[in-house]
Amino acid sequence: MITQLPPRQDVLARRDAIVAGLRRLLPPDGVIAEKLLLKPYETDGLTAYRQVPLAVVLPETTAQVAAIMAFLHREGVRVVPRGAGTSLSGGALPMQDAVVLGLMRMNRILEIDTADRLAVVQAGVTNIGITQAVQAEGFFYAPDPSSQLACMIGGNVNMNAGGAHCLRYGVTANNLLGLKIVTVDGQVIELGGAHLDAAGYDWLGLLTGSEGQLAIVTEVTVRILRSPEGARAMLAAFRANEVAGACVASIIASGIIPVALEFMDRPAIHACEAFAHAGYPLDAEAMLIIEVEGSPAEQDELLGRLRDICARHDPISVKVSSSVAESAAIWKGRKGAFGAVGRISPDYLCMDGVIPTSRLAEVLRRIGEMSAERGLQVANIFHAGDGNLHPLIMFDANDPDSFARAERFGADVLTLCVEVGGCLTGEHGVGVEKRDLMGVQFTATELDQQRRIKSAFDPGWLLNPSKVFPLQPAPA
Amino acid sequence: MSARLLADALAPADEAGVAASVRAAFEAGEPLLVQGNGSKRAMLRPVQAARALSAGALSGITLYSPQELVLSARAGTMVADLNAAVAAQGQQITAEIPDFSALLGSTAAPTLGGAVAANLSGPRRVAWGAMRDHVLGVRAVNGTGDIIRSGGRVLKNVTGLDLCKLLTGSHGTLAVLTEVTLKVLPVPERRATLVLRGLDPVQGVAALAAALGSPYGVSAAAYLPASVSHRVPGLNGAAALVRLEDFASFVAYRSERLRADLSAFGQVEVLDDAATLAAWAAVRDAAPLVDEPGAIWRVSVRPSAGPRIAAVLERMFDARWFLDWGGGLVWIAGPATAAAHDAVCAAAREAGGTWTLLRAPEALRAAVAVIPPEPAPLAAIARRVKAAFDPKGILNPGRLRAGE
Ligand SMILES: Cc1cc2nc3c(=O)[nH]c(=O)nc-3n(C[C@H](O)[C@H](O)[C@H](O)COP(=O)(O)OP(=O)(O)OC[C@H]3O[C@@H](n4cnc5c(N)ncnc54)[C@H](O)[C@@H]3O)c2cc1C
Repeated sequence: MITQLPPRQDVLARRDAIVAGLRRLLPPDGVIAEKLLLKPYETDGLTAYRQVPLAVVLPETTAQVAAIMAFLHREGVRVVPRGAGTSLSGGALPMQDAVVLGLMRMNRILEIDTADRLAVVQAGVTNIGITQAVQAEGFFYAPDPSSQLACMIGGNVNMNAGGAHCLRYGVTANNLLGLKIVTVDGQVIELGGAHLDAAGYDWLGLLTGSEGQLAIVTEVTVRILRSPEGARAMLAAFRANEVAGACVASIIASGIIPVALEFMDRPAIHACEAFAHAGYPLDAEAMLIIEVEGSPAEQDELLGRLRDICARHDPISVKVSSSVAESAAIWKGRKGAFGAVGRISPDYLCMDGVIPTSRLAEVLRRIGEMSAERGLQVANIFHAGDGNLHPLIMFDANDPDSFARAERFGADVLTLCVEVGGCLTGEHGVGVEKRDLMGVQFTATELDQQRRIKSAFDPGWLLNPSKVFPLQPAPA
Repeated sequence: MSARLLADALAPADEAGVAASVRAAFEAGEPLLVQGNGSKRAMLRPVQAARALSAGALSGITLYSPQELVLSARAGTMVADLNAAVAAQGQQITAEIPDFSALLGSTAAPTLGGAVAANLSGPRRVAWGAMRDHVLGVRAVNGTGDIIRSGGRVLKNVTGLDLCKLLTGSHGTLAVLTEVTLKVLPVPERRATLVLRGLDPVQGVAALAAALGSPYGVSAAAYLPASVSHRVPGLNGAAALVRLEDFASFVAYRSERLRADLSAFGQVEVLDDAATLAAWAAVRDAAPLVDEPGAIWRVSVRPSAGPRIAAVLERMFDARWFLDWGGGLVWIAGPATAAAHDAVCAAAREAGGTWTLLRAPEALRAAVAVIPPEPAPLAAIARRVKAAFDPKGILNPGRLRAGE
């Protein structure tokens, strides 16, 4: 269980005055202070943690955000920025003495320019909303987190969200041109713009993935890309995790970078098949979904080469889709994976470590051993091309001991990821969940360096407190 | 000259030595000129320092795992050696690192650390990202002599603040890079370049936009006006260039499709693999402007604004120029005067873009803003961030901006 900073009693005592001050800055429905109405904001995608905030504000313009921040800064009130609240690391978890600043009403698309290949959108536009706004003209926004129907671009920027296609197209950071931000004391700053690579420090890069620690993002300029002519998937099933891992290495070594390369282990295959009836091979220990893009002839050529590579790894079966419908069927199970695991076990923790792909088989074996030792089931789904593991650790939320064991198991998996040369999180962020593990990956000196940068933006540490940085400096 | 400079410089043999040198300078409050081999010393503002600290002796590849697409090397490793090492495994450094030696009149061998510190990205930037997009991990020494790491040797990593991006392009003003890990990619099987001759700049950039907005994976797009085009092998007269890099059969098919799609702009010729390599090496290294006297600027704007900036500066001071990154990177040569510089800055600002004075006599570089000033609230944050790394301001003081 994670500890939080104690609430500031003086702020709790001034609650009514603070709410009244916020009401002067926003239309009546822009401030929520009633207990019942605050409830929906008490948690995010990491539902094991809950805390009703002091109040919620829902601004519609950058000017309102600036006014709110200036006011809360003067009052010394903590702020938790929030997009759609789908964070899986508790990044948007409120605090008792903090105001949640929700960006969901800032949901307007401000500019689309297909000639210059960019879109300017407010922070509360959903990820899929950007693609929907440009797809009539044949374009798309590339990063595609599985939560893309709900999650918002401001949240994506702050978590540096990835997706199934980031092996080819990169993560959020690689697809941004500019940001409009509001500082902790309410000043508006534009970073980057419609052009590439502003001279000077890469503020855009630093802000991306900063988990609401540095500033509030109110507008985002993204790069949009022309959609490929087409895409097709294939599925290959193997006798062992080691073999599937070796096949991934052969694919990359061959010079082919598929647009997606997803790995599922036996428990994941079974869970997804039971849920989605996608025709997954139940006799396999491991399965790869591989997707390629291009014209039909180009797809044929790549899928042919990939089939040959898979054939060298003694596959149980290889199924190459011949149509959009067959590709959709192959993806159906994978896309429903979280729901599928949820059916086996209503409660699970979704981990997000990254490992060097060469250590894959060894890491999966050790996760399997831990699962047996601790009596907790785990299904592994991950982005194989880039080594981003998503072990789903199942537990029973009604049993506090089961939750505690699941958390310890998760921490041990992430520690293992770091030990083999990887990292704690590939796309879900540190949040509260991995905060106390930061000392596993970083030295005290390194954490202090990061803390000083945080202080440069937010000297009073009012922005999204209790997240990312261990509360106490790690013992030397 | 570079050899003499290196002899005067502190050139520790390892990271611990770099840390000790910086620590000593920190304690003495003594500014350092931070560099690799000094090949880019003539860029940006001159640094007033007691000594030079070179990472040039920190050399060698420390990890190369082709099937994981990762390469780590010490900061002083020569870019040429890295290119050779990855080429031997059928891979390449995605950022297509330009070599500005000729442009800057340097004979020193560019290092990895320098290329990363300057965020150098070639023509592929428009499609595959800048150097900063491929830096997976860094090791560095901050201004108090502490060794810090960020990122790592895996392809995805959002653990903590992304100091890789902050240090990339910081020109040695925040920390001394000692080791860098890059994501590398396979070398394409085949390359080709589509050439459209005789277009004016506006039509040319419209053609580049059509190509970059096609589904054919265009990996570079440049426009050369008649005035400088002869310095690109294969060209003589104004031309729009569009590069394809992929499997051989893809390049054949895509060339034909693009030829048809671009036919409204005129006749399309196709350069083969060897001619493509030669042409884009020239664009990458700014060869079209290498022989121009005076100052050189790089302006980055939204692509459609490139031609307007070129036209304005041609009128103002008879600028020589060409466009890369689909029109968004305007390379400009002109007189090394404050008036010409002001004209470039104004044109960039009006188009909402950014500029760098890349080459000029020291006096001009010392006198003007070589990169845009930051708005006051950001400048205040920048000063605090600088102090967070380098509290005594000893690393490359004044390199980016006067008094910083
Ligand atoms: C089913 C499911 C599948 C998922 N799949 C993926 C996946 O494939 N890839 C992936 O990367 N993630 C995935 N996620 C995680 C999550 O969707 C992402 O982290 C997403 O980017 C969060 O966006 P959000 O709008 O919900 O942000 P929130 O959860 O509201 O906030 C995320 C963080 O950003 C901060 N924040 C939000 N908006 C702003 C702003 N405007 N300014 C400053 N700070 C802000 C918050 O304080 C918080 O720290 C998944 C989540 C779920 C529930």
